[in-house]
Amino acid sequence: MTSSSTKSTPTGTTQESKAAVGRRTFLKSASIASLSAAAIYASSCTDHNGNPIPDGTVDLGSGDVGILNYAYALEQLEAAFYTQIVATPYAGITSQELMVMTDLKNHEVAHRDFFKTAISAAAPSAIIPSLEVNFSAIDFTSRSSVLGAAKAFENLGVAAYNGAGKFLKTPVYLLLAGKIVSVEARHAAIIGTLLEGFNGQFTAGQVDANGLDKAMTFGEVLPVAQMYIKTKISGVNLPK
Amino acid sequence: MNLFELFAKIDELDPESGERLSFYNRRHILKNGAKATALAALPTLFSSVVNKAYGADLPAQTRGVLEYALTLEYLEADYYEKGVKSGIIPQNNYEVFSTISQHETAHVRLLEKTLGIAPDAMKPKFKYDAYPDVFTNYKTFLVVSQSFEDLGVRAYKNEAKNLMESPDLLQVALQIHAVEARHAAVVRSLRGQKGWIVGNGMENGMAPAVPAIYEGELNTEQGGVELAGKIAGQDKNTLSESFDEPLGRDQVLAIAKLFLA
Repeated sequence: MTSSSTKSTPTGTTQESKAAVGRRTFLKSASIASLSAAAIYASSCTDHNGNPIPDGTVDLGSGDVGILNYAYALEQLEAAFYTQIVATPYAGITSQELMVMTDLKNHEVAHRDFFKTAISAAAPSAIIPSLEVNFSAIDFTSRSSVLGAAKAFENLGVAAYNGAGKFLKTPVYLLLAGKIVSVEARHAAIIGTLLEGFNGQFTAGQVDANGLDKAMTFGEVLPVAQMYIKTKISGVNLPK
Repeated sequence: MNLFELFAKIDELDPESGERLSFYNRRHILKNGAKATALAALPTLFSSVVNKAYGADLPAQTRGVLEYALTLEYLEADYYEKGVKSGIIPQNNYEVFSTISQHETAHVRLLEKTLGIAPDAMKPKFKYDAYPDVFTNYKTFLVVSQSFEDLGVRAYKNEAKNLMESPDLLQVALQIHAVEARHAAVVRSLRGQKGWIVGNGMENGMAPAVPAIYEGELNTEQGGVELAGKIAGQDKNTLSESFDEPLGRDQVLAIAKLFLA
């Protein structure tokens, strides 16, 4: 994810976020209508020490719901990414690659919409809004830029779920995270084969000498995700 | 479930199983006495292989999960060790399987160390005669490899909830689980399939080789919500691909016992 381009630098919101903005602005004064839904959402939040979280920052929250919001944020990022790829495929994309990208888009949209449904049902007042993404560092016309970013996003997702699982208190949420993380790992491996072919590199850098995949903490994952999410997000209240 | 119960379960699933496992043989010796005596003798039996400094401190449920996982890892490690030596893997795929083989052996050693037992102390004897050409026909080798990997993903996924009392080991299990999923995707791809489980998983020669491996994979109800019809533009097939499903211990063991000598 090192290349950048000004030719194709989509920055935008999903349909949901536009709807969310609509609802929020309906409730708030017109003077803040230009702010994102996220900004308004977090305006009265505090962290666990009672310190205010800065205006415009989305607080993921605490406990299991906080972790579900964390996963929802990452799935929003992935879904937006593959939606963009399928809408504007890179130069020279093969039909096989387009099929993979379309499948990945569908899976990530399913994950995103699942979390939206699940969190809305479990904790309607705590669900984070749709986030605004920032893919300005990704050149969507370039195969290597797109697949490099895809590999990074999938591996980040796998490591995030691997690190978050032990903090979940509700068995059914742990199972759901497990159902999703293995699909993300499948994605990562297939992206690896698109980049490397079928050599021994398909897990290079991701699996250690004990045969273990990576696990990353909330604090390690969020700054990386934040580079691609315009909306400021805070994990300060997530379990430790 | 401790190892005793695990093997009792295999016995229950397959009453004709006889003496399949080296451990199991010792169990039968115990069985000749009164059952209560046999159970009472178990701690003595295990003390010869258990390193109390570490392994014996594990909560019983955690230990049961790890022993179950170790049984499956022994099978995978044995399979790839033989496969890599068989000479049937084409040169351009060789690194994939030597890498997978290293990972599975690493899983075995890590679980043994965590349980506090010596290398191969609990290793059963395996047989592959259910697939007689598995080490002479690369296509068969790939079918069985895919089966083991997709089955392993399902087995670990099911056990996560049983490790919640041991957070650090839960994380280790999740880290193994994801590696198995990476393996599964690449092997599926080598067979010309998608990396994710499509439909009932039985495409491209999987049926009837291993009929129970994908049971329940068509599920589209998640967290008590039927997702079909709720997500715009997504049909039931796409939704079932998006979520891998767990498989219970009894079902996994019923499949694994095909390979116990």
